[in-house]
Amino acid sequence: MATTYSANDEKKGNNLFLTLVRFRELSIMIIILLLVILVSIRNPAFLSIENFRDILLNISILVIVALAQTMVIITRGIDLSVGSMIGLVAMMVAFVTVSFPEMSPLVAVLLGMAIGSCLGAFNGFLITMGGVPPIIATLGTLSIYRGLIFVYSGGQWVNSYEMPDGFRALAKGAPLGIPNIILIAAVVAVLVHLFLNFTRPGRDIYTIGSNPDAAKVAGVNVTRTTFMVYVISGVLCGLAAVLWASRFESAQTNTALGFELQSVAASVVGGVSILGGSGSVLGVVLGAFLLGIIENALTLVRISPFWQLAAQGLLILTAVIVDSAISRRLQRFGGES
Amino acid sequence: MTSKQSLGDFFKRWEWLLVLLIFLVTIVNARLTPYFLDTRNLMRATSDFMELGLMMLPMVFIIITGNIDLSVASMMAMCASLMGWLHMQGTNIWVAMAAALLLGLLAGFLNGYLVARVKLPSLVVTLGTFAFYRGMAYALLGDQAARGYPESFTFLGQGSIGSIRFPFSAVLFIIFAVIFSLILYKLKFGRYLYVIGNNEEAGFYAGVNVVRTKLLIFMMSGFMSALAGIVLAARFGSTRPDIGTGLELAVITAVVLGGVSISGGSGTMIGAILALVLIGEMRFGMGLINIPGQGQNIVIGFLLILSILIPHVGRELTSGNVKVNKAMVGKTAVALIMIALFAIFFFWSRTLLIA
Repeated sequence: MATTYSANDEKKGNNLFLTLVRFRELSIMIIILLLVILVSIRNPAFLSIENFRDILLNISILVIVALAQTMVIITRGIDLSVGSMIGLVAMMVAFVTVSFPEMSPLVAVLLGMAIGSCLGAFNGFLITMGGVPPIIATLGTLSIYRGLIFVYSGGQWVNSYEMPDGFRALAKGAPLGIPNIILIAAVVAVLVHLFLNFTRPGRDIYTIGSNPDAAKVAGVNVTRTTFMVYVISGVLCGLAAVLWASRFESAQTNTALGFELQSVAASVVGGVSILGGSGSVLGVVLGAFLLGIIENALTLVRISPFWQLAAQGLLILTAVIVDSAISRRLQRFGGES
Repeated sequence: MTSKQSLGDFFKRWEWLLVLLIFLVTIVNARLTPYFLDTRNLMRATSDFMELGLMMLPMVFIIITGNIDLSVASMMAMCASLMGWLHMQGTNIWVAMAAALLLGLLAGFLNGYLVARVKLPSLVVTLGTFAFYRGMAYALLGDQAARGYPESFTFLGQGSIGSIRFPFSAVLFIIFAVIFSLILYKLKFGRYLYVIGNNEEAGFYAGVNVVRTKLLIFMMSGFMSALAGIVLAARFGSTRPDIGTGLELAVITAVVLGGVSISGGSGTMIGAILALVLIGEMRFGMGLINIPGQGQNIVIGFLLILSILIPHVGRELTSGNVKVNKAMVGKTAVALIMIALFAIFFFWSRTLLIA
């Protein structure tokens, strides 16, 4: 009798557990909620609309880049060059806008995305046609693109006062009541979600990541899809670069230095498997949000900013450890996903 | 792997290409500037690459097993920061140094434990500890710099031996290079690394203690990173929490350029050491003709990519099973046109602000 009881108990607990896991996003939301409650007890200012707006402003660019990174990671790749691409595009677009102050900010955005697509195409070319593993190819272009910023600008910076007003208003302006940069990030998130879930190339990305050989047999054009993913990564980085230059009103040689690791962190915390094949837009957005909240909270509870990086690192480690524990339990209970 | 190879294979090896490149770069450098062959210059340049070299040795082991350690530069900064912090608190410098080495072992143990025992991908684990350890370096020192090291300590990084001023740090590197080579080639442990890299499961069933082996190589990495941090602190005479930022990528570049496969299972220690010499020589030469560090990075980045790209394309062409079809030509054309457009725009828009 006792055994049946415990078996039943375990089954019940397990069901709840499985539900939680199926909606991986739900568990991140719970963590976010707990964090919000804890921090707002220490400092009620945390819950204000302005603070919430600040957090969203801070993570908008990260969300865009993390989504690009996510698509690459789903195909079992990695794009370490995102930070350098952002820096290079930001510098080039800043040069052009300063030289042509009358240029519409929209043109600047399109220009940034076009330059980004070229940089992404080079990555994709090396990886799909050149047989260079993604980590090596993008490690190489990380150095190359960053170096090109110096070659391009000769070490010069583009400063706030040089930039035309229209360009500066691009990120911060809020004609619809919400700052543009947040709206753009939201639109990108929705588009990427639709792309990944409801289009053939989007589904192919998952197929390639789950099993590249099977994908080939099933008639997926692996080379073209992989190439496309790196181009998309370049385009989104180009968009992020223009927003970056507009938001921080400058383009420097060290713009977005080290951003590749933040983007991977947001993806991984958001439940994207580094082994490829799985990951969702909602998860990544929540992952970026969690990173943003932690950064904001550490400031509000007056923890030295010098601890922020350590906290971020601990968060990534915790996220992957919890993730693996979950997937191992799933395997043990034979949970069909 | 160590089976008898024919003479032809022996000369076709990657290492000979590296030797040839080193030879070529030496000639070019010597012709470009008379300062290149000056021994004092050469020796000073050598000491610039010894921290990189010390961290590279265990990285060869790690990449041979098919893993990666992105946290080496962060461990280096954390351990050096701990040493600097302890020294500022009045601890004896040698005690502080021992503490730094111990912390390196611990940091490596945490990496190794998560990779080997918890079975997490090393890329993610060391990405997390990359941020965590660097963060700890900042937490220890903040925006200060630790300085005031005694002269007996700075000898580790600045000292030299003999009339040619052979740097002490290079002696340290040579000792450890010999030790790591012996481990790789003479001990069972070394062969296990290749076994794990080729087929971890097969190795496990053949009786290789996979967990212990992985744990040990990550601990070696931690220890050597701490040592590199100590040498760097001694060379600069101060420690800042941001030391060695980005160095992990330089370490990985040297290993991969040395012919160690990033997917594991193959590679030699001598190849990696030759790659280190090549990178060092190229950077030194470019520095002498006033190419700034970031310009040098472009060259090294291309070198890294080409070191994989050229052998791959060569194999494809010689294997004969490459079908030049329309789709392939089309894709290559699209990519090349995009790169060309980028290049044109790059040089045109550059002239807008820079006269």
